[in-house]
Amino acid sequence: MRRVYITGIGQTSVQEHWDRSARELAASTILEAMEQAGIQKADAIYVGNALSGELTGQENVAALVADFAGLTGTEAIRVEAAGASGGAAVRLGYLAVASGVQDTAIVTGVEKMSDLTGPSVEEALATSTDEEYEAIHGLSLVALNALVMRRYMHQFDVERRDFAHFSVNAHRNAANNPYAMFRRPITVEQFEKSRLVADPIGLLDSAGAGDGAATIILCSEEEAGGRANSSVEIISSSLATDAVALHDRSNPLFLRAVYDSAQKAYEQAGVGPEQIDIFELHDASAILAALSLEASGFASEGQGVRLAMQGEIALEGSIPICTMGGLKGRGYPVGAAGVYQVVELVQQLRGEAGANQVDARLGMAQSIGGTGATAVTHILKAPE
Amino acid sequence: MSLAKHWRMQSQRYRLLGVRCEDCGAKLLPRRLVCPQCKSSNLRPHHFGGEGTVYSYTVMYDAPSGYDGLVPYPAALVQLDDGPLVAAQLTDVDIDEVYIGMPVEMVTRRLREYGESGMIVYGYKFRPRLKDHL
Repeated sequence: MRRVYITGIGQTSVQEHWDRSARELAASTILEAMEQAGIQKADAIYVGNALSGELTGQENVAALVADFAGLTGTEAIRVEAAGASGGAAVRLGYLAVASGVQDTAIVTGVEKMSDLTGPSVEEALATSTDEEYEAIHGLSLVALNALVMRRYMHQFDVERRDFAHFSVNAHRNAANNPYAMFRRPITVEQFEKSRLVADPIGLLDSAGAGDGAATIILCSEEEAGGRANSSVEIISSSLATDAVALHDRSNPLFLRAVYDSAQKAYEQAGVGPEQIDIFELHDASAILAALSLEASGFASEGQGVRLAMQGEIALEGSIPICTMGGLKGRGYPVGAAGVYQVVELVQQLRGEAGANQVDARLGMAQSIGGTGATAVTHILKAPE
Repeated sequence: MSLAKHWRMQSQRYRLLGVRCEDCGAKLLPRRLVCPQCKSSNLRPHHFGGEGTVYSYTVMYDAPSGYDGLVPYPAALVQLDDGPLVAAQLTDVDIDEVYIGMPVEMVTRRLREYGESGMIVYGYKFRPRLKDHL
């Protein structure tokens, strides 16, 4: 397998881009990233997108994005894995370059969510659950997370307000990220008082929908040439799946797909959780963040929330998470999230994170689809 | 709105019909082609009794289209006495009365409608076991 470098990044702000369509959002970030990487073309484009058909009536997304980015004719494929679509697109781009089949790959994540509102968006998000056995019962994706949270609270003697530390940390970091959607800090009290979406998950515990696109340029060592030494490298990549329905999991409080993909990623990189300096995890809700920390080896079973309560997830803590806001603070354009995570890690590892800068050598990005059906993990290394 | 999609689910939704693995004895709902525990394809129909306890619960406030007129409504993961976990709404119960461990039983109720003149989909929900309320 060849070494894979990230030579360019691009991102839009996450917000309700009333005036911009998905193809525009995606294309603008492709142009930005290509310019940074100093390239005019690529061997392929991998487009991470979860809900284009559901939310905008548009499929055939990859060809569309290629054409509107001025790359008509380029090999282009859309990758869908619900909330892990962006991470899965990074995986395919990595596989293409690492295997030697391609030299330069563009990976773009894009989601346009603001054309619909409320119940229609909940219905679209529910397509990542088991349609025949979960969605049909009127259970939203948030409700399934709520079921896990309620059981976790019962089993590990944790209260609802203890989960606040994830959101407080996310918003605190988002305040310094000019691309983030929610830039006002929040308090534990505000978290507790926020209205319920699906008990016990409240509005300030649930990552909000937004529009956005992010792009990375991947290339081989040879292709990168003189840039390789100053480029962030992807040193491992792994994707695993688990049963889609929560009730089909062997233990609903254990994210097996996260565990499997994290283990393989650590093995491939030759490191353990102790060597990870930043963890951009999939904080669609605080319970998912807590369980991700546990399944990835940063906390033992039932201790993920306590890790947050002790301040270890903050920028100055032992395992900073969501350093640019995470899904909660940056906003959550579903299919784009996995690519935003990598873009933000690149900023950190290059020393371009501004006020949120963490002294980091290794960063881990992890994306989850549905309630844990797909998990994809990448470990990135700072330039020497 | 698909007639066929709901028609083919009737036996599972009205009668909790799952499968039993003849090789390892696992009882599975929903029914599958391959046993997730021992990988056998030797699976035969199994009728679940419908009694269980609440493993976890929630109350829906922000519901998807088709259900938003019904909020707030309680839903749960129910641990059937026969083994498997199943996701369903709770019914005939005050949302303040629900607790983890509450004994429940299956009933057949309306799950959703497709508009005023569209089809009505029925399926399983769970209510507190009647004998415990007398």
